[in-house]
Amino acid sequence: MSDAPFLSLEKLTLAYGDTVAVKDLDLSIRKGELVAFLGPSGCGKTTTMRSIAGLLTPASGRISLDGADITRVSANKRSVGLVFQSYALFPHLSVFENVAFGLRLKKLPASEIETRVTAGLKSVGLSKFAARKPAELSGGQQQRVALARSMVMEPKVLLLDEPLSNLDARLRLEMRTELQRVQKETGVTMIFVTHDQGEALSLADRIVVMLNGAIEQIGTPEDIYNRPVSRFVADFVGFENIFAVEGGKLKAANGPIALSESLPPDTAGFAWRPRMVTLGSGPFQGTVRGASFSGSTREYLLDTPLGAIKAEEDAGLAAHQPGTELTFDLPVAKAARLERFG
Amino acid sequence: MTPRVFSPLVLFLVIAFLIGPFFIIVAASLSGGETLAFPPQGFSLKWVAKVFTVESFRESFAVSMFLAIGGTAMALVLGIPASYALSRYKLPFGETVRTIVSLPIIVPGIIVGLALLRYIVVPFGFNITLALFLAHTALVLPYAVRVVSASLNNLRSDIEEAAVLLGSSRAGAFFRVVMPNIRSGILAAFILGFVTSFNQVPVSLFLSGPGVRTLPIDMLSYMEITYDPSVAALSALLAFMSIGIVFLAERFLGFSRYV
Repeated sequence: MSDAPFLSLEKLTLAYGDTVAVKDLDLSIRKGELVAFLGPSGCGKTTTMRSIAGLLTPASGRISLDGADITRVSANKRSVGLVFQSYALFPHLSVFENVAFGLRLKKLPASEIETRVTAGLKSVGLSKFAARKPAELSGGQQQRVALARSMVMEPKVLLLDEPLSNLDARLRLEMRTELQRVQKETGVTMIFVTHDQGEALSLADRIVVMLNGAIEQIGTPEDIYNRPVSRFVADFVGFENIFAVEGGKLKAANGPIALSESLPPDTAGFAWRPRMVTLGSGPFQGTVRGASFSGSTREYLLDTPLGAIKAEEDAGLAAHQPGTELTFDLPVAKAARLERFG
Repeated sequence: MTPRVFSPLVLFLVIAFLIGPFFIIVAASLSGGETLAFPPQGFSLKWVAKVFTVESFRESFAVSMFLAIGGTAMALVLGIPASYALSRYKLPFGETVRTIVSLPIIVPGIIVGLALLRYIVVPFGFNITLALFLAHTALVLPYAVRVVSASLNNLRSDIEEAAVLLGSSRAGAFFRVVMPNIRSGILAAFILGFVTSFNQVPVSLFLSGPGVRTLPIDMLSYMEITYDPSVAALSALLAFMSIGIVFLAERFLGFSRYV
């Protein structure tokens, strides 16, 4: 993995008619990286992916890949593979012919096509299914055919649209392992689009969180999970107690609360996961309104002068009954410090 | 009467009304008598045999076949791209175009025939064969567009993008992955168009002229002069041909899915 950008998007603006879907997006991706585009539907992640594939021409900006400007290069000449969410296998062709499709268009000799398709199907564990039609395969198998079909073309970048979302839990784990294996064995640069933070965290080297056609945060899974920089990202990765900071004070329902620490000037807010809230000691008071048991932990909803607070404790500890008055603390040392609170 | 008795009775009457004439025609065509009559007088295959000796039947059969095959093929050549555009792109007047294309189904054939004759064929001096060919193309076009559109709507459009990303051009993707997957729809449209065109009477009636007429029109004029059972024999043969085609289509294509 070198540090020079392999794929870069510069000031990329994408639009459908008059509707701008992505605005002035800058991003560089290194060779061999596995990157996730994460965000809610409509955030522009799929649109961005389609523009990298060449299925959508940018309104403005530049896309370059492997040192060449590909902004105006048509989709069939980009060496970019795409595994569609619906797999998009050709229903009239056998599994073998689906995988051979691109190689035949390249007019490779028959023996080489045979070798590459056989190897491709073997690598996804579908050698036995070569003669079947796509409709005779399960969803998971169809997806692996789609993966093999893209990979035999030896693309420079492989794009995957929601690769895990149509699979059940067991297959999801299998496919995740499969994708990591393919990436490790071939070193292909991979970008996948997902709305599921779990998928992004478990699979990606780097996550690009998107919202409203712009990048909210780029970082490793650890960065995103532990150090979200905006209210949106914090909320998206499960920080349920989020407060704005104004004039060095925490903005709560009952008025500003002075913070003892001195804060960096760009502090816009703090966010705590439920398990970061200390129960049973601290400067604040609240009443337990609801409690729920989830196996290893108990989750509490507290009514407090600051507003509603969600807290979580180890299930081994004694349960707090609804109606109980509790003291609690929101330790700033544990909190995620937000730089944007838009 | 209770519905239990009533419903089967209605069903029986409807079936008898729809299929009865067919049996009458078949029976009349096997008559040994000299005039078209039911019940038939005696039994003979001579009228079935005579059908093949009538010169004008042979000529008009060739005209009808030419129109049914050529007109339907032309309607598909126009209809497939039209259906593709209508189903894949959000066209500004898409729905209007769809309605206009369907008009020949809705407007009575008499009106279409008269209008074509009065305002197009006569003023522009079209020859009869060309006029019939264009009219049959237009009459079949709605069926072609409807049936092919139904096929296209069942086909995901992302397979074309997949083909493009594997190196195909847009046009190549159409021929390599769209056409093979709508093949049975196209065949169904062809059969429906063929039968529609072959059985067409009102429009052909207006446009037929000296020396060039379709088989149904020829049968009409034959009957005006000669009232023998050969017309019944020909009708029966044509009915069997249609039944055969539709049966094969249903057997191999699941025809009823498209119409």
